[in-house]
Amino acid sequence: MSELSELYQQVILDHNKKPRNFRRPADANHSADGYNPLCGDQLTVYLRVEDDAVADVAFEGSGCAISKASASMMTQAVKGKTRAEAEALFSEFHRMVTGELDEENSPNSLGHLKIFSGVREFPARVKCASLPWHTLHAAFAGEVIATTENLGPDITSDQVSA
Amino acid sequence: MSATEKSVTTETTRPAEAARGGADSFDVERVRRDFPVLRQTVNGKPLVYLDNAASSQVPQVVIDRGGKYLREEHSNIHRGVHYLSQRATSAYEGAREKVRRFINARDAKECIFVRGCTEGINLVMHGYGRKFVSEGDEIIVSAMEHHANIVPWQMLCEEKGARLRVIPMNDAGELLLDEYDALLNERTKLVAVMHVSNALGTVNPVKEIVARAHRHGVPVLVDGAQAAPHLKIDVQDLGADFYIISGHKMFAPTGSGVVYGRAELLEKMNPFLGGGDMIRTVTFEKTTYAGLPNKFEAGTPAIASQIGLGAAIDYLNSIDRDAALAHERELLTYATELLSTISGVRIVGTAREKASVVSFVIESVHPHDVGTILDQEGIAIRAGHHCAQPVMQRFKVPATARASFAFYNTKDEVDALAVAVEKCIEVFS
Repeated sequence: MSELSELYQQVILDHNKKPRNFRRPADANHSADGYNPLCGDQLTVYLRVEDDAVADVAFEGSGCAISKASASMMTQAVKGKTRAEAEALFSEFHRMVTGELDEENSPNSLGHLKIFSGVREFPARVKCASLPWHTLHAAFAGEVIATTENLGPDITSDQVSA
Repeated sequence: MSATEKSVTTETTRPAEAARGGADSFDVERVRRDFPVLRQTVNGKPLVYLDNAASSQVPQVVIDRGGKYLREEHSNIHRGVHYLSQRATSAYEGAREKVRRFINARDAKECIFVRGCTEGINLVMHGYGRKFVSEGDEIIVSAMEHHANIVPWQMLCEEKGARLRVIPMNDAGELLLDEYDALLNERTKLVAVMHVSNALGTVNPVKEIVARAHRHGVPVLVDGAQAAPHLKIDVQDLGADFYIISGHKMFAPTGSGVVYGRAELLEKMNPFLGGGDMIRTVTFEKTTYAGLPNKFEAGTPAIASQIGLGAAIDYLNSIDRDAALAHERELLTYATELLSTISGVRIVGTAREKASVVSFVIESVHPHDVGTILDQEGIAIRAGHHCAQPVMQRFKVPATARASFAFYNTKDEVDALAVAVEKCIEVFS
């Protein structure tokens, strides 16, 4: 049960119930759709980029608690950041949930996002947490669609060998 | 060390449990001993395997039969004069005869071995559909089909300029046969329906569906993937022109499966895959094809798996199947009642005729989260769209959680499921 309460922490449950920035901004100038065809999760990430910085970010869609909370907290984390800063945060987040980054002992800018570290104990759920970030990346890059099929395995070699 | 490594052990065995009282006389504890995979703990809890509609478990006798083939008989079939090849061929063809009896086909040559239902439906699409369907023709499927019985026909329709028509269903998940009648016409070239729904559990009235199509001279393909593990199949009584089975959903290894087709249709059809074993003569000018069933079995098949399918049929014949089905019905009724009493749980698929499949959603808990929480309790279910996205759209849910029972499941396991479902609600309260 301890791993389960690590995964479903109160903050995550709260963001699932009341997702922040859950809307479609009229003035977005970038957007992308994210799909996880295995479980049917779907979300759209909207961005308003001004002077290479995130002036506004929001999302809509349906998914599990992990993907919804991850999207919600992602929008809070990247608002005001430059594209490079947001992509760097994505990289740190991805390395944390796949167990490649020890968020407690290595320098990083994850802040509140560390709450998702419990996901790495649930290999089947890593894609749920990372889908919003892959979709954000696609929106920045001007791609229309991100799907977890094209993202390669979101699991570490350690997990594969097990 | 990964989560998987930590959480799965095979060392402990499930403690023997007193069988719960019930109307059925099926000795479930005895059959459980036939399935070694069930004797393990997951996350420190006895494994409760309720994902049988995705893939069922394999009894020891099937494992032993596959092992015997690999240890003593392994060789290529149909092309060796030597001892091992003859033994392998006779075991493989022996499995075909077992299949023939299992589905009551007239002739073993009407039973084509394929690697599973998906390949089987694609065989009929290529062999029958591409030859006999042309522009303006229509193919009828049902609203509850698995993607394997939608996508091949869509591909065919796109290629030929044909049209896919869909039999609708009601809110319980039952096909509307009057609407089906209205779809049948002189342009209809094929009806393709599932016998039992993997997502809803509905048992479709396929005999009636076939009879109505035949009045218009239209052949019918029945996807039997979910029916074969539960129901006695008689293709002649059903009148099916094609009946498709997946071995791994009926206690055999993956890579085994059958296309039953009426001989006169199979004879008229184009081959599916081209290659070795499906030919009579080959020159660079022209190839002539082998007779049935070899015409449709190009290349070396999954010999061990198909022999395993034969052994799985022997196993099914060795248990009291009527009692097994009655036991599954008990589990279905019990699970339906138990889950229905939990506030916030809604069952999706409430047809009068159902196989032992319970799809459900929990208010404010996504099925994917249900799947993870249940897994922590050692309970394996399927969470997602079950390769039936149109069904999810029809019932306006993104996904469902699905518990699917085999005859080796117990009422205690249904109790464990209900307790874990309550835990999901607690976590998200």
